[in-house]
Amino acid sequence: MSRKLTLWLAAGLISAAALSGCAGQTSEDGANQAQEEEGFNPRGQILALSCASCHGTDGESVGIIPGFFGKSSTYLENALLDFKNERRYSTVMGRHAKGYSDDEIKLIAEYFGWVSQQTTSN
Amino acid sequence: MSQKFTRREFGKLFAAGAAGSALGAFSGVKPLFAQEKRVVVIGGGFGGASAAKYIRKLDKSIAVTLVEPASTFYTCPFSNWVMGGLKEMKDIAQTFDVLKSKYQVEVIHDTATEIDPANNSVKLQGGKTLAYDRLIVSPGIDFNYEAIEGYSEEAANNQMPHAYKAGPQTELITKQLKEMKAGENVLICPPGNPFRCPPGPYERASLIAHYLKKNKPGSKVIVLDAKEKFSKQGLFTKGWDKLYSDVIEWRAGSMGGKVMSVDPAAMTVETEFGSEKGGVVNIIPPQRAGKIAVDAGLTDASGWCPVNPITFESTIHPGIHVIGDACIAGKMPKSGFAASSQGKVTAAGVIRLMQGKVPAPPSLVNTCYSLVGPGYGISVAAVYKLTSDGIVGIKGAGGLTPMDADDDQLTEEATYARGWYNNITQDIWG
Repeated sequence: MSRKLTLWLAAGLISAAALSGCAGQTSEDGANQAQEEEGFNPRGQILALSCASCHGTDGESVGIIPGFFGKSSTYLENALLDFKNERRYSTVMGRHAKGYSDDEIKLIAEYFGWVSQQTTSN
Repeated sequence: MSQKFTRREFGKLFAAGAAGSALGAFSGVKPLFAQEKRVVVIGGGFGGASAAKYIRKLDKSIAVTLVEPASTFYTCPFSNWVMGGLKEMKDIAQTFDVLKSKYQVEVIHDTATEIDPANNSVKLQGGKTLAYDRLIVSPGIDFNYEAIEGYSEEAANNQMPHAYKAGPQTELITKQLKEMKAGENVLICPPGNPFRCPPGPYERASLIAHYLKKNKPGSKVIVLDAKEKFSKQGLFTKGWDKLYSDVIEWRAGSMGGKVMSVDPAAMTVETEFGSEKGGVVNIIPPQRAGKIAVDAGLTDASGWCPVNPITFESTIHPGIHVIGDACIAGKMPKSGFAASSQGKVTAAGVIRLMQGKVPAPPSLVNTCYSLVGPGYGISVAAVYKLTSDGIVGIKGAGGLTPMDADDDQLTEEATYARGWYNNITQDIWG
């Protein structure tokens, strides 16, 4: 990781630490702790929030673009990997899926799997 | 547009940020309920409404007040479809009813006139003062009318609409198109970069050409461009050749495209190569961040707002986040989708800051459809991440509709454009 990027991330940590009055927590620790407390990974959430713009809030589509609310994490992970690796035809989805590592795709799939379990309607 | 900081500058900014946040907690303005944390959002467009909804959706303990003058918000996306006769104003109208009822966002229809960063408060035109723990500013754009001699806000409202904020000027230009004589030309004059919705003027040219072809035989669209090239140029040009070869003419800045002055009474435009008269004249002036951002000192010399790319917190005033067209978001374009993506990332970041937790590194997306004809859609997409050069598009991802896309694929893209509108507006206001 570059120095400047580390600084940006560290800066976020300082802001948060100043507010909470606690320090010494790394970004990764924070993410893991949050997952234990909240049931979701904050990184997965950040990665997943954009999807709703085309697929509807929580993946509940109101238009012709397919929704995915209620699908399992495994289903979503496989679908995204298929789009990424061009095993499944798409107009624009493949262009998006290529923007994420396989690990990130797993996090996105896990987040929406978790959302579907939490929410009966958004 | 990319922002570079030296390590020292950055350290300073964040020391200032932390101090600012700490001071804010002891400032003179007290919230109504001691326990309640409140975020105020200025602007109910793609950025602001997304941030307001998602804060409430993701953390019900944070109170959100949204300040937006209009009770009905008309979206710029799809306003070109209205001009082309494919949609009506009611189809691009969004309201705040669901944000109020389902998400318990307090919506105040008023205009923010003053921000006091030292006291964490916002003054409204109607006389109210709102206290905030964090402020999100999503004011969109304002126009530099003075950049074009002879042009003014009055000219835009009456003779030569910019129609680059959807609303009365969208209706005016649509009416002018209906009333113009067959054989008269439509002049569209886009600005230099950066400006809101880079493919917007060219989708507009396409859909107005569609209208002219059907209703005004002999009329043409002439695009007088300040630039040498434009967004999705290859795809637009290919579509124009196919659908409107004798109806659209595009002139680059160096080929007589650059507008020097306008005469709204005569409906003429002066370029370096001479004068052009239009039955309809659409002047899209250069732009800057919305007025409240300028007045609050959130802009830099560029006229736009520098922000920390993790949480979109202003690097000038800590505790205030700036999103959407008004902010400098690295390589992201000024688009409604980008604003919404930033609004959601900021919502998640603000929540974590208020919980005393570390915000996750940002992941941002843009997906932008343009209609060349009713069954002819094209798109551009990008996934963005934070690097030492700021927010950049991820290589190998995103990109344009392929140049060799067949008719079926272009029809599919047009269909998905409609689906895109339905879902993005539902995700923001629904």
